[in-house]
This record gives sequence, C-alpha cells and structure tokens, in this order.
Amino acid sequence: MNNQGVSILVVDDEFSVRDSLYNWFKSEGYRVDTAENGMEALKKLQEGPWDIALVDIKMPGMDGMELQRHIKKIDSTIILIIITAYATVDTAVEAMKEGAYDYLSKPVDPDKLSILIRNAVNQKRLIAENIQLKQKVDELSLQDEIVGESPQIKKILEIIDTVAKTDATVMIRGESGTGKELVAQAIHGKSNRRYFPIISINCGAFPEGLLESELFGHEKGAFTGAQYKRKGKLEMANGGSLFFDEIGNIGIKMQMDLLRVIETKQFTPLGSNKVVDVDFRIIAATNSDLERKVAEKDFREDLYYRLNVFSLQIPPLRERTADIPLIARYFLEKYARSMNKDVTDISPEAMKVLIQYNWPGNIRELRNTIERALVVVGEKDRIEPEDLNLLFLAKANPPGDSLEEIERAHVQRILEQSDWNISRSAEILKIDRVTLYNKIKKYGLQR
Amino acid sequence: MPYIDIIPIGEIDETLLLFLKQSLFQTFNIQTRIRNRRFNLSPVYDPVRNQYNSSGLLLELINDTPPETLRILGVTDLDVFIPIFTFLFGEAQLNGVGALVSSHRLHNQFYGIPENKELLKDRLLKEGIHELGHTFGLIHCFSLNCVMKSSTYVEEIDQKSTHFCRSCNQQILNWQDGKKLDMVRNGSQEKS
Repeated sequence: MNNQGVSILVVDDEFSVRDSLYNWFKSEGYRVDTAENGMEALKKLQEGPWDIALVDIKMPGMDGMELQRHIKKIDSTIILIIITAYATVDTAVEAMKEGAYDYLSKPVDPDKLSILIRNAVNQKRLIAENIQLKQKVDELSLQDEIVGESPQIKKILEIIDTVAKTDATVMIRGESGTGKELVAQAIHGKSNRRYFPIISINCGAFPEGLLESELFGHEKGAFTGAQYKRKGKLEMANGGSLFFDEIGNIGIKMQMDLLRVIETKQFTPLGSNKVVDVDFRIIAATNSDLERKVAEKDFREDLYYRLNVFSLQIPPLRERTADIPLIARYFLEKYARSMNKDVTDISPEAMKVLIQYNWPGNIRELRNTIERALVVVGEKDRIEPEDLNLLFLAKANPPGDSLEEIERAHVQRILEQSDWNISRSAEILKIDRVTLYNKIKKYGLQR
Repeated sequence: MPYIDIIPIGEIDETLLLFLKQSLFQTFNIQTRIRNRRFNLSPVYDPVRNQYNSSGLLLELINDTPPETLRILGVTDLDVFIPIFTFLFGEAQLNGVGALVSSHRLHNQFYGIPENKELLKDRLLKEGIHELGHTFGLIHCFSLNCVMKSSTYVEEIDQKSTHFCRSCNQQILNWQDGKKLDMVRNGSQEKS
C-alpha cells in the first residue's frame, strides 16, 4: 500500500500551516498542493480530482464553511476535513452537518492527523470500491438472461419490471424447467434490494426438521449434531429476497412457522431464546396445483393468500416455440464460449428438430440438449440434427392431449409443409387467411 | 571531502553525539563530524507553547553552511514544534541540506517512566537517520522495519529498525552513485 495515488489539497490563509502540512504530506508520499484562500482553492479543485481537502474555517473572504458548500457542489466525493484554531462544539457540529468528514483543532497532534488521514483514505477507497461493485451488480442484473421475443415472454418481462419496483410477495407458477428461479432472480435484480443477497431454498429438497434448521438457523447444541451455531437462511436474506422454490412441498408445521415469520418479520433460531428481526421480500415458486392442495387442506389457506399476492404464470416452452431459436442460439453462444468450441451455428435442419420437439423439461431440457450437442459435435462448426439427442424423442413425443396443443402442432406442420405459403396453408386447413394469421400469432409460430 | 555535520543545539550529552557520529558514518558511508555553533534561540521560542519553532531552527541551522558540508543534522533536547502540530520528533528539508532531531520526547522520563539511556540512544539514532533520509529524497516508507517508516509516537520508533529497507537503501545508493558521477564530470571539466 502506498499514498502516491492520493491527492490532498490544503487550504489555509496562514503560510506556516500550508507549508508545514505540505511538507508533512509530501514526506508521507501524498500528492499535495496548497491554496491560501477559497477562490484559489476552487480554481485548483476544478482543475483536477482531489481525494481530501483540509480547509481552515477562519479565512478572509470566503470562509471554510462557505468553501465547503462550494466544494460539495463541485465534487461530492471529496473528503473534507475542517481545521480550526477556535474549536467549538458549534463549529464542529455545523461542519459535520454540512458533510465534513471530521475536524481538527490547531495545533494538531501528529498522531491524530496521521490516523485521521489514513482512515479518510480508507473510507474513500471503500466508497470507490462500493460504487464499482454496485456498477458491476447493475451490469450483471441488466444482463437479460430471460431470452425470448414472443408476446408471452415480452409480457413476463413487463410484469417483472412492474412488480420488481414494489415489495409485494410474488408467486411464480410454471412447469418444471420453465425458469422460475431465473424470474425470481430478475425480480430481485431489478428491485431496490438488489445490493443485498437473494437466498434460494428448495423446499422439496429437505425433510421438515432439516428445513426448519436451514431456515431459522440454530444455536450450538440445539439438537444432536448441532456442533456449531449456524445462521439460518432467513437471517442471511436480511435486506434482500428469499426465494422459496417448490413451496407446495412444505409440511403443515413449517407452513405455520413460515406464516408467523411472514406476518411478524421475526423468528427465533432453534435452541435460542433471542428473537431476531428480519426484513426480506418473499418470492415463491411452485409447479404444483396449490389451489387443489388448499381445497384438500394440504396447504394452509392463510399462507396461500399471503404468498399469492402477485401471481406470475410462466408459459411452457412448447407454448412459445417462436422463442426456441433465440434461446437455443443463446445457449450455443454461452456454452461454446465456456467450452472453448468454435461452433457458431445450428443448422436449419437441427433447428427444425428443436422447434418440433415438445420440450416436456422446458428450457432446462433445451439447455442440456445444446450443452450435450456441443460435446458431441466434434470438429464441425455447427450443430446438426444427429448431434441432438431428440430425433427419436421428437417422434416419440407427440403434442399434448389438449385440443390447443394438437391444433398448434397441426397448424405448424401444414405451414412447414407448404413452405409457409399462407394462402395454400389456409386452403389446406379450410380456414380463411385472417384466422390463420390469428392462429400463428396465438401460438407464437415462427418460420 | 564531503561531511555530514552534527550540530548540537543547546546542552547535549557528548557521548550521544559521538555515538551518532560513528553510527551515521556506518549508515551513510559519508564522513561525519561534530561542529559546534552558537545559536540565538530567542527568535524561535514560543512563550505561549513553551516550545521552539522547528522550522526556524532548521533555517538557522543551514545558515552559513561550509562548502564541504553535504548534510547537516541538528541535535537538540529542546521541545520543538511547527505551528500546525503539537510537537515534532524532528524535521528535515526533503532533498535539502538540513535536518533536525529533538530528543526531548525520546526520553522515557518524559512519559513518567524510568530513564533508559540505551533506548534513548537507539531512538535518537533512528530519528537522526530518518530525518537525514528525507534530505536524500526519501519519503515515508510502509515497510514496518524500515527506518523511514513514519513514527508519531515513541513506541512506533521502538518498533522499527535502524536500517533502510531494500528499496530505500537502493535510493540512497542511487543518490550516492549520482553524486560520484557528478564529481567525475566536474573533475573532467576542470581538467579540460
């Protein structure tokens, strides 16, 4: 560590003070300059960035307090230290209220000055580091991991933007693999809580007793095997968001405990008698039929209403086939980079297989398919149908049993058969062109 | 022959001065000598603070510097200050001729504990080398052991060594090499 990158401006009308502080800071390795009045100081401040300004409070013309106000307008990040020969509580309080970092009374104890400057430099570094990290967090949050241009996904993105700004509890519904956790992360990443963590907990992965200790944490000796005190996820999420995946899988007792935490924002770790206050936003996700569980008394109705403040339904991939090429290319680029492969494209034939497939595992399955294809693609520069593990599956997975799914697959097949000739397709389907256009739009079909 | 002049200001124990003379020669590899001078201290005395202005003393110290003097180290037992600070252990001109060191606050007695002459010698030497180091262009060093580490209280002086770290030592050597080169150049110019 050295001080060479740190710049200090000393503003004092007394030559001896300027001179001695100049020499002191110079010998400490700081970049230092002096100004004998407010006007000269402002001129020097405008010429370049300064980290610290030591400002005498009593100066002819513009006094230190006035100069401080001007400095804060020029650069609010400068650390201001007021020097005064007439240290009174009033002047110190006033200076601090105006945003001064600290004040020194003349004569200064060298040790105190040394510590003060060191702390100020550290504070400045931490602030700069904090700003950089926040920018990085913002950049990462802005990286739109939710890929797609279909009307359905555009609508989801709009809803995310709207709901992120509120602190409302969000329930994300959707089949397995549709990207519920990604949506939860996007909501958190665009919320005011984004600089705090989002803690995920898969409720389906823990037996009830273990889930309780995961959530609430425990004191040392709280139960057999609790050798150390451990913070629970509720506490870890303080200030941020808590994402409950598979919320439908939690037991009745846990539902009751969770409801209490949501209502009071307080909990007691296992084996402790201390109540811990927490502040977090809840985002829950499920692919189970919670309404049926409520009706069958498997899920508490009051908890259901607490969690279901804002409900967001993510469509399965087969309902937004228009997004498949975009998502497939997104994963291709991502995994080709991480695997250091020169695979740049997916052949039209392979893409056709991807579009025709039913994707019961949704985006997760598509991601795994592309990742696997990149492993088996060999030296080729694009993915071909034989690289996909879907050829037989595509045939083995006909559209679902609903009329809509069968209709969508049929319309798509006729369109491809006629090379997307709308008139010919409409003729084959025995519908008018407008109806066909409506169906293409409805099912998000794409050439 | 260039010298580092050690000039006592006020009453200084001669054994301390001789110790400094020998030790500073070993550190800088430059001849050292003790040069006595009379000082008028009244202009630098501040009756309100009951202290002596270090910068004023330093200016007085470099007044009438003999041509063979390369550096001056003033040694005093007076309590010295500069207006902005409550006290100083010493002061020096960065890349200049003069340096000053005060033993006033280096005595254990100052802090109400029994005097320790060996510790005083050690502290005085460290601060003497430190201040002279500034005159050779060295700034404060972050190496914990280096004599150029800044010390604002005696315990910090006790923690550091009497030696320069490798980097500071290299700067002293570079300075000496540059000086030798200048002497060779000046000598050849004189011959021509």
